[in-house]
Order: sequence, then structure tokens, then C-alpha cells
Amino acid sequence: MKKELFIERVLLFLALSSIGALVTITVFIFWEGIPLIASAGLKNFLLSSHWAPTRGHFGILAMIISSVFVTLGALILGVPLGLACAITLAEFAPERVKILLKPTLELLAGIPSVVYGFLGVVWLVPLIRDYLGGPGLSLLAGSVILGIMILPTVISISIDALSAVPDLYRDGSIALGATNWQTVHRVVLPAASSGIITAIILGMGRAIGETMAVIMVAGNALKIPTSVLDPVRTLTANIALELGYASGRHREALFATGIVLFVIIMILNLTASAITRRR
Amino acid sequence: MSKPFTPRLTEPFVFTGSPGRRTLAFLGACLLLWGCLALSSVGCGKKEAHSGVCIAGSTSVQPFAEKLAEFYMHQHPEVRVDVQGGGSSAGIFAAEQGAADLGASSRELAPSEKNLIEIPIAYDGIAIIVNKQNPLNNLTVNQIRQIFQGDIDNWSQFNLKPHPIHLITREEGSGTRNAFEEMVMSKNAEISPIALVQDSNGSVREIVADDPYAIGYISMGLVDSRVKAVSVDGVAPTRENIKNHEYKLVRRFLLVARELRPGPCRDFVNFVLSAKGQSLLESEGLVGVED
Repeated sequence: MKKELFIERVLLFLALSSIGALVTITVFIFWEGIPLIASAGLKNFLLSSHWAPTRGHFGILAMIISSVFVTLGALILGVPLGLACAITLAEFAPERVKILLKPTLELLAGIPSVVYGFLGVVWLVPLIRDYLGGPGLSLLAGSVILGIMILPTVISISIDALSAVPDLYRDGSIALGATNWQTVHRVVLPAASSGIITAIILGMGRAIGETMAVIMVAGNALKIPTSVLDPVRTLTANIALELGYASGRHREALFATGIVLFVIIMILNLTASAITRRR
Repeated sequence: MSKPFTPRLTEPFVFTGSPGRRTLAFLGACLLLWGCLALSSVGCGKKEAHSGVCIAGSTSVQPFAEKLAEFYMHQHPEVRVDVQGGGSSAGIFAAEQGAADLGASSRELAPSEKNLIEIPIAYDGIAIIVNKQNPLNNLTVNQIRQIFQGDIDNWSQFNLKPHPIHLITREEGSGTRNAFEEMVMSKNAEISPIALVQDSNGSVREIVADDPYAIGYISMGLVDSRVKAVSVDGVAPTRENIKNHEYKLVRRFLLVARELRPGPCRDFVNFVLSAKGQSLLESEGLVGVED
């Protein structure tokens, strides 16, 4: 019995230390970033697009907008593809195809982001530059790469959601004379909708948080984009690009960028869990 | 196809009672790991500094410092030379605080940092590079400023095929950017926000090599045959022109230290300034400080 108690205590300690790490990170980010937001002013920080930290300008509006656009672009490209893939795999695909496709998709999740970025730079960027114009490193390139990167997240969670719909629903619908597609479209998809929305939101979180691939293909310019061919800098790219050299107020400004990112991702995750819980 | 799931009710679930040795060993290992994480300290600690030299700072200097360190450690196996990046400001700060024996800087010291000993180890030219296909051969400093400011934004202004100029710059805080801004841009001329930003000399070169309409600036030691370095005010960026101070865009690479007492640190500095050390730097594309 003593051993039992000992193990319980140790497990509790380990669990607490992992939560502790999380809390420490949160406190640290805010501790480092808040002073800058306070001194520069929340309005100047969030609503100005003039970023020249070594000259005392700390506006991140362009990056917020860029992050939002890149993420939206990734969703526009990735969600229909991912959803189609999930429906095929969960509803229509014969067992043999499933056995082949599922591990392939899981493999996609295991490819490091720098590889996606590299592929983007050598293959996608020249393609965009030659056929569409602009410098190639662009909002569009970032969106396409991210669209592919969020596929595994969107697909696997959507498949879980679709598989969770009881077969009774399908049988009932077929029995009423509906075709397979009508069944999927009118019965299964609505029944799985909250799971699918969760999949999209988590994919969104993945897209907003991705750094390496975006730095490599999006061009990192500081302008508010006016076309999909414009180079953009996302919030994550800003932190990773400049942290190596930053000191003093510049460093604080990067942590403050981290706060904004943290808040955005928190909101996304809370929304996702709220939707899941509603069921 | 798939077998229907049949719960095996006949096999009772056996609970082994008290936790086994394996569980205990696993938990012990977890605790041990935790302890190690908590106790270990990061970076070159004070203890290590006695048996070796710790250099931290500019990422522009880093590859050259690593070459020097490698050669030096080969000759003196008993000495350990650690080279870390972090940026010029971080390096100077580390040297001031004593966290590193030597700080590496690719910018000049600010007045408030002048209490440190500064040791110039090499000159590095900043080359303005364009794509191989670009017929442009010469730019004035004024033109370079106007280009990077965004006032000149089309190649047609140089009587070339009309196409928007693609600017490539380095990220804020980078030593190369800092040097470029000091030497080319004036106090109130900022680099245009349209400029693409890349986080290393290498990726700036990569883009310029690929994009016929791009212009960028990189450390002269890193110019290779895939890009073209243009002349500035009619002076080509060559070793000779940097040595005789004809080429304008030149910065110094410095090592800084709080003090240089006899010891491994001073020996290393002497090695860097020796003929061998200088020729190593020259073979990497820099220009030595000694004539």
C-alpha cells in the first residue's frame, strides 16, 4: 500500500511539473511583453503597420492582417481537399484503398515543416514568379504550402467525426430511398458537423502557428498585402526572424507579438473545445 | 473484410495487485530526468571558461570564428574554443557581463560600450548583388539608397527592360543590415516595407540568383559566381579596393573583451592576428587587418 501511495505522489508531481512548464511559459511571455505594450500603447501596437523596432516603431497591424490572410488562404485550399478526402475515406473507399491511404496521410503529418518550406522555395515560388508575376515569395505561396500542411489535421479529425456517426443513421437514410451521396450530404455530414468544425479550427491553429515553412516561402515583407502575389510577414515569422538579434525594447516587442499570437490561438482552441462540448 | 469484434468474456481481467518493479523503475527514470533538466545550466558556464575560450556574438562573424576555432583546436588539443551566435549586440553584452570571454561584433561599438577592449580582426565589404542576367554594372551610393528607399522602383529608370525592382533585405537587427543602413541609408531614410526580408546572407544570395529582377546586399566573402556584385561609385568590390579604402561599403569585424589577461583567451586572439590566422580569414573571403 505504501508503494501505491508513493507512485501516486510521483505521478502527481510529474503531472504538475508539466502543467507548471506551461504556466511558466505563459507567465514569461506576458512578463516580457506587457511592458512594451504598456509603454507603446495598445492602439499604436495593434493598429499601426509601421514596424521599425530599432527606430522605436512597434506597429504589428500588417503582420496581424498577413497572418489572417495566409491562414484564410490555407483554409480555402486545405479544407475542401481535406474534407473530400475524409468523406471518401470514411464513407466510400473500399477497405484496400483505405489501408493504402491512411498511412500515407499520417506520413504527411510527419514531414518536417522545413521540408515543406524547401519544396515551396525550389518548386512553387519560381512557378508563381514565372507564371503569375511578382517576386514569387508571396501570400499565395504561403497559403498553398500551409494548405497542404493542415491536411493531415483536418482529415484525421474529420474522419473521426464521420466514423462517430452511428450506422443507424445511414441505414435509416438508405432505407428511405436516399442515394449514398444524399445520405452523406444530408444525414452524415450534418450529424458530424461539430467534429468537422473542430477539425477546421484546429487546422486553423496549425496554420497560424506554423513558422519555418512560412518564413521560407512568404517573403516576410512588412507591407499590408494588396494582392495575393505580395510578400507578407506573419506574426510567427516576425518573432523567429528577429529574435536572434533582438535586444532591449526590440526583444520585448517580439514577446508582445507572442502575446498577440497566444491570445489568438487561445481563442481558437477555446472555441474548438466549446463546440466539441456542445454535442 | 474486417473481423467482427467479439469480447473475450471468458478471460477474466487479472489485476496484478501491487505495482511491479518495472513501473517503479520507469517512474524513477522520469524523476531522474526531471532532476537533470532542472539542474543542468545552459550556455558556456563559468567553469568551462577556465579551460577554454567562449566566443559569442555576430552571426556574420560566426562562420569565420568557427573556422579559426577549428584550426586552433587542431593545433592546441588541450584548449576548447566555443563559438556561439546570437548577434552583435548580444555578443557585446555577453562580453561586458563576462558570460563570454570574447564578444564578436560586426558593428562598431556604441559610445556606452567603449569601456571594452576592441580588437579589429578583419574587414568585410558589403556587396550589392544583382542577378547574372542584369546588365547593370555600376550604381552610386545615392542610387542604392533611392532603390532601397523605394523612390526608384522600376528597372526602366536605369534604361533597362521595364519591370518592378524586387528588393531583398535582411531582418531588423542583423549586423549586415545594420552596416548597410549606416553606410548607405541616411538617418531618416528607412528601407522600404515592400522589401522581401530574409534571415541570412545565403538566402538573400539564393533569391537574387533565381530572380532576374532582384537586388540585395550580402557580405562580400559570400559572393559567388551565381550572382553579380556591382561596382559602387565606379569602384569594384575587390580585395585590393577594400585594402586601399577605395570601396566605400566596408565594415570591421571586431572581437571585444572586458579584459585580456594572459591565458588561453589572449593566446587565441594572438593567433587570430597572426599571419596564419589572417590568411585563414583571407581564404574565406575577408580582408585582413594587417598589411
